[in-house]
Amino acid sequence: MPLRVTVTSHSDPEGEAIVSAAPLVGVDGLADCRVSRIYHLDTPDPLDRNDVDRLCREVLVDPVVAEYSIGDAPVAVGRAIEVAALPGVTDVEARELERAAQQLQIADLQVSTAVRYDLIGDLDDAAVAVISRRLLANDTIEQSHEGTLTPTFTAQTDAHCEVESVPLGRLGDGELATLSSQRLLSLDVEEMRAIQRYFDDVGRDPTDAELETLAQTWSEHCVHKTFRAAIELTHVSADGRTTVSRHDGLLAALREVTEELDPWWLRSAFVDDAGIVAFDDRFDLAFKVETHNHPSALEPFGGANTGVGGVVRDILGVSARPIACTNVLCFGPVDLPDERLVAGVLHPRRIRDGVVEGIADYGNKLGLPTVNGAVVYDEGYIGNPLVYCGALGLSAKGAHRSAAQLGDRVVSIGGRVGRDGIHGATFSSATMDASTVDSVGAAVQIGDPITEKGCIEVVERACAQGLYNAITDCGAGGFSSAVGEMGEELGADINLEGVRLKYPGLQPWEIWLSEAQERMVMAVPAESLPELQQLCDDWDVELTDLGAFSGTGDLVVRHGDTAVIDMSMDFLHNGLPRKQMTAVWTDPPSTAVESPPVDEALLLGLLAHPDVASNEDIIRRYDHEVRAGAVVRPLVGRNADGPADAAVLKPLGTRHTPAAVVLSNGLCPRVSRHDPYAMALSAVDEAVRNLVAVGGDPDRVALLDNFCWGDPTRSDRLGGLVRAVQGCADGARRYAMPFISGKDSLFNEFEGRPVPGTLLISALGLVPDLDLAIDSAGMNIGDDLWIVGRGSGALGGSVADALYGLGATDVPEPLEDPLPRYRAVHSAIAAGLVSAAHDCSGGGIAAAAAEMAIAARHGLSLEVPADGCDAFTALTNEGPGRLLLAANRHNRGALGEMLGFHGRRIGEVTAENRISLRVRGTDGDPAKGSAVSVDVQDAVRAFTSSVST
Amino acid sequence: MSAAPILIVHASGTNRDGDAAQAIDLAGGIPRIVHINQLRRGEVTFAEHAGVLIPGGFSYGDSLGAGQRLALELRLWFAHELSEVVAAGRPVLGICNGFQVLVKAGLLPGTPTGRAATETRKVTLTDNSHGRFECRWVTLRVEPTVRSSWLASIRDTIIRCPVAHGEGRFVSADDSVTAELETEGLVAFRYQDSGPTPVIRPDCVSAAAGVYPANPNGSAADIAGICDHSGAVVGLMPHPEDHVLDWQRPNGDPGGTGLPLFEAFVAAAR
Repeated sequence: MPLRVTVTSHSDPEGEAIVSAAPLVGVDGLADCRVSRIYHLDTPDPLDRNDVDRLCREVLVDPVVAEYSIGDAPVAVGRAIEVAALPGVTDVEARELERAAQQLQIADLQVSTAVRYDLIGDLDDAAVAVISRRLLANDTIEQSHEGTLTPTFTAQTDAHCEVESVPLGRLGDGELATLSSQRLLSLDVEEMRAIQRYFDDVGRDPTDAELETLAQTWSEHCVHKTFRAAIELTHVSADGRTTVSRHDGLLAALREVTEELDPWWLRSAFVDDAGIVAFDDRFDLAFKVETHNHPSALEPFGGANTGVGGVVRDILGVSARPIACTNVLCFGPVDLPDERLVAGVLHPRRIRDGVVEGIADYGNKLGLPTVNGAVVYDEGYIGNPLVYCGALGLSAKGAHRSAAQLGDRVVSIGGRVGRDGIHGATFSSATMDASTVDSVGAAVQIGDPITEKGCIEVVERACAQGLYNAITDCGAGGFSSAVGEMGEELGADINLEGVRLKYPGLQPWEIWLSEAQERMVMAVPAESLPELQQLCDDWDVELTDLGAFSGTGDLVVRHGDTAVIDMSMDFLHNGLPRKQMTAVWTDPPSTAVESPPVDEALLLGLLAHPDVASNEDIIRRYDHEVRAGAVVRPLVGRNADGPADAAVLKPLGTRHTPAAVVLSNGLCPRVSRHDPYAMALSAVDEAVRNLVAVGGDPDRVALLDNFCWGDPTRSDRLGGLVRAVQGCADGARRYAMPFISGKDSLFNEFEGRPVPGTLLISALGLVPDLDLAIDSAGMNIGDDLWIVGRGSGALGGSVADALYGLGATDVPEPLEDPLPRYRAVHSAIAAGLVSAAHDCSGGGIAAAAAEMAIAARHGLSLEVPADGCDAFTALTNEGPGRLLLAANRHNRGALGEMLGFHGRRIGEVTAENRISLRVRGTDGDPAKGSAVSVDVQDAVRAFTSSVST
Repeated sequence: MSAAPILIVHASGTNRDGDAAQAIDLAGGIPRIVHINQLRRGEVTFAEHAGVLIPGGFSYGDSLGAGQRLALELRLWFAHELSEVVAAGRPVLGICNGFQVLVKAGLLPGTPTGRAATETRKVTLTDNSHGRFECRWVTLRVEPTVRSSWLASIRDTIIRCPVAHGEGRFVSADDSVTAELETEGLVAFRYQDSGPTPVIRPDCVSAAAGVYPANPNGSAADIAGICDHSGAVVGLMPHPEDHVLDWQRPNGDPGGTGLPLFEAFVAAAR
């Protein structure tokens, strides 16, 4: 009979947070919420009460701020809701308590944790249900119950090992399709037929594990079928003219540019888990961005949590030490009225809060600074949020080894295998609807950052000591994808019997397929195994020897003596039929819009728009200081509340060189609706101008592409995607910046509504000397203000368009030859001529100028060139290539010379605390009604209105 | 300067060990990061080190409360070694999670005769009053009255550095406990309000007076760090190891780095 321990804290910020959140979900009667933590303790022998007291006093209860009771649940003060994780969901707290009990000599303690919420106030059943469902528990991973919850310990399942044979023999197309969907394989009929043919030749039916392995390996998530497909695009222009073009692989189009450019500092692109470039002659940098959209939609905390875990693992997969994280997030509007929510979708506010907490939890616990990001709010993301997680790594030059050798042991290190995380790859390769949560709840995991931290320490040392010949991460698809990839040439012989499980009862196919965030697979020469084992013991990391790379070219998996898989690696990797796809892109008709007047409300409205307004509440929840390398932080300026253009980071351990790393990003999803091609070029430009604005060298930039798109089997979605890829490839050429890695996440649709085609461009660059890095705040009173570049005159996809609901359709024209401009700006910054710089992005030059004023807490006075537009458009249009620079007036001549025709002096930094913008007409006279002036403090208030105090 | 290395204790989840090692290195010491498993097995000992630093991070994920499990391990396995380090007058510094660990192990502030038993512990570090993890720069004053002799050279100086924690609110069982800390000279660091553009001259900064964000977590009496009765053991929540180079400072006046603190630590290590 388990014993129940209740721990109550004297102060309760969590309870207070729930009380203040209740009105946001439409419940007004909640007066108080008391949170207590429940620990159900169980041992084979009856528990000694003294032992329980000891456990409470020694580890569970802080005597200064909390108290505990042992035994039955207290009488409910109001309505008591108890919430516990579903069986099989990672519960690190329970595990840590079990380990602490072991250290206190309390044998074989099993722990199950829960949280109890006593809700006090005027609440009817409906209100309690709403609070419970929307604020306390998420059915995807938790169970909640009014009253006392019966604890479940580990997942109880029978432990016999079974391999099922799946009859494919004579199934027709319809039956194959049904089988694929029933088993969540996400394979189409063509692919199912290829499998049928293969096993027909072999002369038997596939096993469950074989079918699952093929489904994972052939999933969109793992093999990028769409990006490898042959596509025929029909482009219909606005006037009805049609052109047809053929595209022989989208991925190839991106790789081709990288191969053409092939700069000397490029180490590795597109081959491994992350791209690699040189930092200097001693170190390399690895960079990767991943998405974790579908899991985050269902379980925001866990989804984002494991999103960080996954991308950090990718960095380990190229033998680099992770040193920083980034994240870019796209949500529905957080003020979305409840009645517009559809079944099966969490409210955007809940998704946002959970995602941010999940990212903070994982990154902070790994000790990685989260330094760069962006947040976009748009109705297109209500059913399907986007969560991009990036990681940067540092390794000794040329440290990565990636060729398994014949006879190497197949070794796994890190977390144990559970049932959570099965079908991650196939789940992300299908669209979602209201029933998704029921069918794939098991694909959502909670992370375990401390176990991954152990892997980081071990991999760094194992790499330095040369203990492995190849390494990869156990991503979606678990062992099946990791071993499948590493053993593609050699083949592998695996026995699953020794794999450590979180709990008994997993079938062989589940052990083989289950993803764990915190696991790596290595190819280890047998003679190095003892040394690796020693390292793992030193760092509290579990190691399992799974088998060997065999040289047969076959993948053979057993569980004890039971055969689980026996098929050729060649079929696994090359048997997938190439897709032929059709795509259509129709240019939307253009509409003329009328510009609103220019007034104070415009400027304050832009600053308060969610896409422009301060993200300080999010940023401060991330540790951006750990590893002691922050040069330009996410928040800059006198009061540390201005938005930074990009992050400048000095890697720990590189004091031998003045060089530092720059990370930036660009994304313009609203432009995508009108023209995905222009959108892609805009995103590239945004990433680059952000990078250049802090002092980054435009000749040392590597790019990552991350596409989040709708269902590619629908020709209109695919049409936009092809146009975006064309834009990317042209962007890389025009900017002479190679893509070094990329990822596509397709099927981002909820019940037939796709997300706006969203392309994140992440840029990695170098600042030659960290002392020359600048930010948007470093300007002084009396400095000149310069504008680089001209306005696009386009409002389509702009923040101003969204703010006023204009419906503008014209989008910014991409730059033909952007590099000379960026080189000129970089030279000026590197020469120390520029005191501050800021890029003109969301909200145009008006928002950019105001943000500089906010960051510096200085006034400024600008004569904005109309560049042929009306005043509203001149102030708010967004487009490529524009930067505001501040410079000491003594540098006027030198700067003017360096910028040449790229730059114009348009104003100055003033002692008067006002942001004064006047639009200068083409004839030099201010047009009527074209001036706006706002007090800096008012601008600060608008910009930071969402920040908690 | 001492030739013996400084022990930087790493438990699973420790993550500012590298930052601490850099600070010790710049202060002229020899940092040595050692996993607690190696100490447990006796391959490395506390005694062979001139000073002990327990760095920041999330030891064992802090899943049973910040620092609880590592504190348990120190009590169970290393109580004797640590008391010998203190008896020898060697400095012990806990930063952030390390501070939480030393408090929960009963070493800070301890009792005049040594470690406090868990049930008699009177101070703790708990959830920030706003309930969030928060990362921001703060200004600290090294208390002029702190009894720790190894802090003597930096008494009444100003240090600026970041905090990055969710459980950093210093709480006493009651006000008399806080008062006693003050009269005994056990308060080592306090949060200060140094204005929007931070200044570092001691005469230009004033107590944070409990006001957010100068006092970032609601700590009683603005206490950011304390020492034990012997003065050897010192702990603080903020991260002076992240401000040991001038370029690490985001804004404000020059100076105010944490380097003098580490120099004092290294000077006392023997």
